[in-house]
Amino acid sequence: MTIDWNAFTPWAALAGGALIGLGAAIFVLLGGRIAGISGVLGGLLKPVRGDIAWRLAFLGGLIAAPVLLSGGQVQAHIDADWSALIVAGLLVGIGTRYGSGCTSGHGVCGLSRLSPRSLVATLSFMAAGFATVYVIRHLVA
Amino acid sequence: MQVLIALLSGLVFGFGLLVSGMANPAKVLGFLDLAGDWDPSLALVMAGAIAIGLVAFTVARRRTVSLLGLDMKLPSATHIDRRLVGGSLLFGMGWGLVGICPGPALVALGTGQVKALVFVLAMLAGMGVFELLERRRSARALGAKAGSHV
Repeated sequence: MTIDWNAFTPWAALAGGALIGLGAAIFVLLGGRIAGISGVLGGLLKPVRGDIAWRLAFLGGLIAAPVLLSGGQVQAHIDADWSALIVAGLLVGIGTRYGSGCTSGHGVCGLSRLSPRSLVATLSFMAAGFATVYVIRHLVA
Repeated sequence: MQVLIALLSGLVFGFGLLVSGMANPAKVLGFLDLAGDWDPSLALVMAGAIAIGLVAFTVARRRTVSLLGLDMKLPSATHIDRRLVGGSLLFGMGWGLVGICPGPALVALGTGQVKALVFVLAMLAGMGVFELLERRRSARALGAKAGSHV
């Protein structure tokens, strides 16, 4: 392992991470809910009355964020090819619902709650992510 | 009120994903590539988020209602089972394949990229498959229960 010092952005990472934590803090302290994005989105597929508007509002906030931020801050270019995107999307959709959460619900909120269940989930998806990139970049390529 | 809180929270969360660089799949893949030129940024994003989150959830856990009087709905599940681990492994495979998880997918959707739309639709389809399988499972469980009474 060699650290890529040119790519490493420690201050932006910490500041952006703190904003992510602040978003989750607002949601739980004011709204009483967990900012788990796969859960908020997945809940729309099993709609419950009175439970739809806030889900759409939260997702709308995420979608609006790059529209409101200035150009240089918005780096979200997707490079992957179409078939990989479809396979990955399906895996992420099924996996986050069976695993009851993703990087936000388990990784940020769950670890902040000191939940052992979320720690196991986070270690699992991190391990699978490391392994998948290793296979793609160092074995197949 | 819940809607306004959700909108504000989603916006701040989205800004955080953008500022931290986590809305950029190349940067996420740079973290997941341990054997290559490794970019540790994602670890510091988690550290920054959890530092704030620890304070917020320590307060939240002691309350039954939010600061605005809304019901506190924290997860109650504690079991660690095959669904949790298997699901998370599948998620991690998809995440590692393209460097996109649900939050950044929605932020990318806001940038108007067709590829983001394709990913989000595939993700929704995956979630739909889960709902169908769950419905079938609960119907089977119900059937088995009804059968045992005969």
